[in-house]
Order: sequence, then C-alpha cells, then structure tokens
Amino acid sequence: MSGLRVLKPGPQSLLQDGGRHGWQHLGVSPSGPLDLHAAAWANRLLDNPWGTPLLEIALGYLELQGELDTWLALTGAQVAATLDGAPLPPWSRFPLRAGQRLKLGYARSGQRAYLAVAGGFRVPPQLGSVSSQLREGLGGLRGTGEPLRAGDLLSCLAAQLPRAQSVPWPYQPDYRAAARLRVIGGGDAASCAPEQLQAFFAQTWQLSPQSDRMGARLLGEPLLAPTRQWSQGVGRGAIQLPPDGQPIILQADHQTMGGYPILGWLHPLDLARLAQCPPHHELHFSPVDIGEAQAELRKFYRFFGR
Amino acid sequence: MRFEPAGAEALLLVLAEQPDAQLPLRIALLAERMRAELGPLLRDLVPGWTSLLLHYDLTRIDHRKLIERLSPLLPRWLAEPLPAESGRRHQIPIWYAGADLAEVARLCRLSIEQVIELHSASEYRVGAIGFAPGFAYLGELPERLALARRSTPRTRVPAGSLAIAERQTAVYPQASPGGWHLLGLCPWRLFDVRREPPCPLLLGDRVRFVAVDEQTFRAEGGPL
Repeated sequence: MSGLRVLKPGPQSLLQDGGRHGWQHLGVSPSGPLDLHAAAWANRLLDNPWGTPLLEIALGYLELQGELDTWLALTGAQVAATLDGAPLPPWSRFPLRAGQRLKLGYARSGQRAYLAVAGGFRVPPQLGSVSSQLREGLGGLRGTGEPLRAGDLLSCLAAQLPRAQSVPWPYQPDYRAAARLRVIGGGDAASCAPEQLQAFFAQTWQLSPQSDRMGARLLGEPLLAPTRQWSQGVGRGAIQLPPDGQPIILQADHQTMGGYPILGWLHPLDLARLAQCPPHHELHFSPVDIGEAQAELRKFYRFFGR
Repeated sequence: MRFEPAGAEALLLVLAEQPDAQLPLRIALLAERMRAELGPLLRDLVPGWTSLLLHYDLTRIDHRKLIERLSPLLPRWLAEPLPAESGRRHQIPIWYAGADLAEVARLCRLSIEQVIELHSASEYRVGAIGFAPGFAYLGELPERLALARRSTPRTRVPAGSLAIAERQTAVYPQASPGGWHLLGLCPWRLFDVRREPPCPLLLGDRVRFVAVDEQTFRAEGGPL
C-alpha cells in the first residue's frame, strides 16, 4: 500500500481515532485525541466520519512526503505549515500530490496540531482502536503505542476532492487567550470544606510542565484534600485532588480507576481548550450546570456525526 | 446505595461505604445484568471496590433517564442469590525470587520459606481490575504479610512481577512504575490483545499461586 512517508516525526506524533471504548473494565484506557474539537474539524473538512484515524502532532516539526495524490486537512495548533515551501492556510483542507513535501514548523500558538487524510490512515486496530497508548503498549503503527518514527509509511488511499475549504473563522479558537474552563460539580466536592472549593474557583492556576496525555497537573496554592476514597472508576475530565493539594485533570490517556477525591469534572468541550495550553499557561475555573454542559455536548456530537 | 452523576457522560452507582468479600461477586453480577439491559447505551462499565461506574452514550440517554430505568430493576438484581461456587479457578505458577522477598521476610519477622508458604497457601479473589490493563487486585492477603506500600515507588517494575501491598496481592501484567513489594515472577502473559478475552482473570475469579523453581518458570515462558 502507498501513503505518506514520514521524513521527520516531530517530538511526539501519535495516531489517534475515536478511542478504545468498551475495555475499561479490564483496565484499558480509552485514549483518543486530547483535543476532540480540532480533531473532529480535521475529519469533517475531508468528509471523514467521526473518529477516522488521524495524527495528533505535539509541538509541530513533522515532515511528510506524499507517495500518492490525496487530500489532507490540518487543524489545531498554529504550526506554520508549508507545502513545498508555500504556506498553507490554518484550519483548512488542501491537496497533496505524490512527491510533495508537507512541513510543519514550531507550534506558535496551541500545543497539538491534527492532520487528517481523506478516508483516514489505514492501520490495523487493537481492541477496536488504532489510538496510541504508550504506557499500555497499545495502538499506533506498530501496535506498541509508540509515536511515529522517521521512515514510517502512513498508509492511505488516493483521493480527489473538489476544492479547498476552511473552518469558518469563529470556530478557529485563539489558543493565546486566557483559558476559562467550566466545571461540573459533584464527586467529593460535598465532603470538601466550602472555603477549599472557593479557593479552587477563586485562584489563578498554572498548567504544570509535568502534565501529559494522562493528566493535566495544576500549580497553585495547595488545597486541603478530603480523605482518600475506595478506588472507583474514573473518567475523562475528572478533577482529582491528591494529598499534595495540587489538582490533576484526567485527560484522554487516563487510568480507569482511581482513589483520589474528585472535586468535579471539566466540561468535556473545555478539555479541548486545556489540551492546547502550553506549560505555565494561566487557567481559571468557573462552575457550569450539568444540564447545560450536556446540551452543548449533544449539539457538538450531533454536528460532527458521533 | 445511591446514584451520583460523574460528569456529563457517566453515572456512578455506589453500593456500599466499605468493601467486603462478597461485594466483587455482587458487582460482577450487576455489571452483567446492566450490560444485558442497556446494551449500546453503555460505552464502558467500570467496577470499583464499592461501586460501578457507567460511561453512557450521551447521544442516546442521560443520567436522569438511566436512573429512571435502572431504579426499578436494582432491587431484583440485588436480591438474586450469588452462586456459592462462583468465579473460575486459576492456578498461577510463581518463581518466588522477587527483589523484596528477603526484605518482606525481615519486616514481617518470618523466614523466606514462611513468606512463600503463607502467600501460596491462600485462595484469593479478584476484587477489582484497573491501574493498568489486566492488573487484577487480589484479596485478601493474610494479615501476617500485610505491609504498607514502599515509601518510594520503583520507576520500573518488571512485567510478570508478583507483588503485595496492605491486604492485597497482584501480578503486574506489563512493566510499569509501582510501589508494591516484589515477591516473585509469573511466567504467564496476563494481558494479551491477541487472546479473547485479553485478560484471563475476571472480577470474582479465584486465584491460587503455586511455587515453582527457576527451571519450571523458564519452561513456562518466563521471563516475560
């Protein structure tokens, strides 16, 4: 099979799809794109269904060469993309001919770019998904969860689309703006002292450089954690409070069970915004009603055909 | 018993405040009933020590409708008798040559032989699966072997390591960081996506460990 040849892999470029669902009872993390919004747009620009395998490119620096004629779409972080040296518009789809080189520079705004191909990358799934999970050794090109390497061939089919298209600009987020993240209450918040919850919502947090695909770690005035719970299932967006008082927000590669008290859950659509914040970015939290969050999320899923 | 929304797309059913020996079996049975009842409305279902987390498909249902649907069924499911001989039985070979064996013996004021004998004499139950793919928490470890976790976790515990912490024991299916005390090595792959199911140990299963020598360990496929 033909496809795209990886010339430079970048620091961490991962195959992702809709995620590995249905295996959490065996301890398998669902994984998937950190920024569902940018990933969904990349696939939609190419008329790909929700969850079609694409690349999540951390910080940019990826270089690919086409070995066939197809169409690509690039969304997410602003990475100064060029095709044979000619700049590409952001959040757009564009044709790639055999022999042409796509080059991504450094992410100037945002942390993760998403590159989709018409029809998706063709990779055998593991437990129903190609999503790369390095910690668990699942998914990706080799079935080991590892990121792309130079020389890899990303298999895909030749494709022809009518014309270039871009995401309407109001839907292209400004990742440099302050991140205001909404929180659905619940969990152990009730057993937290009220002034601790106030302190969580009142202060400006920073995103710790220790953050990864498993969890976004916050830095700030430590909170007093209520007592540890019996380990229970945990989900994406859960805001855990470990004994050191610095909250951790679970992201796509989260563990399936956890015992730390939970302050609430990030609005699922705001996880996309969080995924694009660089280390030390300022984060503010505010409460949101669960019904409101669900209505918005349903609308998002309906629009993108999940 | 209570339901609590767990974010926009999950619902937590808390069954008890404290775990007990029968609870994993009850939770395994409930999980089975819920899967049959809800089918594709559920995306994932995660049993905890005292709870069940239902990751539902928000495009088809929400927490309110889910509670409405499950509430009338729960009393019947909770009243179902648990089969006395439930849980499949497993005998897992272990070469008791773990890095912490001597230290565990010293801390428990036992000889190494006594540690091995105590650990392999008990039948354990799978109480939960999590932390990593196929990582089965087994209980209950004899009181005399109960130790707090290591103060500094190891950055890498080898795949197949048999370990203990507090009243629990487990085999690490993959190499990973870990804070438990290492007693030995298992030659079997306890999580393998090429098998169906990928994890041979399921919630409520019964496990015994059988001490084997290095030669048998290698013949059985070790080290992983």
